[in-house]
Amino acid sequence: MKKTEIPESDLPKYSRRTWIAMIQLVLYSGLGYAGWRWLRKQPPDGGILGGIPEPLRKGLEANENLFTRYYDQHRLVKEYPQSKAARDVRVNGNIGQDASFATEPSWSLTVQKTNSEILDIKLAEIQRLPKTEVIFNFKCIEGWSQISWWGGVRLSDFLKAFSLEKESTFKYIGMSTPDTEYTVGIDMLSALHPQTILAYEMNRQPLVLEHGAPLRLIIPVKYGYKSLKQIGTIYFDNEKPADYWAVRGYDYYAGL
Amino acid sequence: MIWSGVLIYWANDVYEIRIGNLVLFNFFPEWFYKLFNLPYRLSEGMAYHFVFMWLFFINGALYVIYTLVSGEWKYLIPQKNSLAESLQVIRHNLGLIKTLPPQTKYNGAQRIAYTMIVIMGLGSILTGLAIYKPVQLQWLTNLCGGYEAARAEHFFLTIGYVLFFFVHLFQVIRAGWNNFRAMVTGYEIESSKEEPK
Repeated sequence: MKKTEIPESDLPKYSRRTWIAMIQLVLYSGLGYAGWRWLRKQPPDGGILGGIPEPLRKGLEANENLFTRYYDQHRLVKEYPQSKAARDVRVNGNIGQDASFATEPSWSLTVQKTNSEILDIKLAEIQRLPKTEVIFNFKCIEGWSQISWWGGVRLSDFLKAFSLEKESTFKYIGMSTPDTEYTVGIDMLSALHPQTILAYEMNRQPLVLEHGAPLRLIIPVKYGYKSLKQIGTIYFDNEKPADYWAVRGYDYYAGL
Repeated sequence: MIWSGVLIYWANDVYEIRIGNLVLFNFFPEWFYKLFNLPYRLSEGMAYHFVFMWLFFINGALYVIYTLVSGEWKYLIPQKNSLAESLQVIRHNLGLIKTLPPQTKYNGAQRIAYTMIVIMGLGSILTGLAIYKPVQLQWLTNLCGGYEAARAEHFFLTIGYVLFFFVHLFQVIRAGWNNFRAMVTGYEIESSKEEPK
């Protein structure tokens, strides 16, 4: 360590420097504290993005922009052999699920086309399309994960099969349960990911109510809360569609 | 970051220290969550965590760049004798020996601690990214030993910071006002004259 001899006449200068440094310490601590208090008091966005102070939401949206730019459709979620798939698949919520819509004929899939035409699709029409299976580590935003096995139709195949090419150029796809209580909004790129499926099977068995019978979304590039169970309606928008958890303070993008 | 991290961890608090079936400590006991008002704040925790991560990252990067450019790193990286020296420092702190080994700006224990903390910081960034984007950064998640392993590593690094913090705080208090003043100002003034006794 460097040591320098300082003449006694310089001591007041150092005394002054010490004071300035100490005052700076107090000042910066105070500024930090004031900034923190300010942030805690900021109201949430009044629209479909709620629950957390507006500046934090802006921060999450900046992250979303950054990671959307980095996102690559060709990066696949790791898949596992069938033997690794859980038999006892965790159920983590039943919001918007209704036993009366778990079977046909009360259930059918409504697709709102952008020319205000409405498609009414039966499960058999979906099951006729080529089947895609995905066995992946399902990740919940709570922090747990579990390998699970799903079967259904690729969402991108579905959109092609029902001539929804024009709809696929929209920025977002929105989904809701038949009672519209649970909703998700998903950016189109993630929706068109090759492992995003409309699932009607789990472990090669038809879906049961707790897992979203008769048809649910499985989107492995997002946290589990985007994989809406018991899809009632699908629609398309260039603005962010309503999202059950986003309005409660969670990240809208939720991309993994 | 630690506060918001615990808000997140609460939602799936699975870690514990145990020997066989004997649980020594579980992270965290109920009283701990209650004391700091932590339950049911997952969304809030995530929002703070993923915004403030930028500030902490920039702060850490500036610190490392500064130590490299200023040459201060020479006082901070461990030397050949640092490990032996740090054992002597610990023995001194425990009151087992009277004299401290000769040192420059920092002693061997400090050199090891201050270098470790930078490596841990890098570890937190990497394990954090591995759980934040396990699909887009899959190579990184694999490097950490998988998604669940990365989460555990991220958690236990944080426990490391908490231990560091308490030891650091204790040592600063022990070293006294003159040392604290030097921490803030960057210099220490010693009298070259013999103090009258």
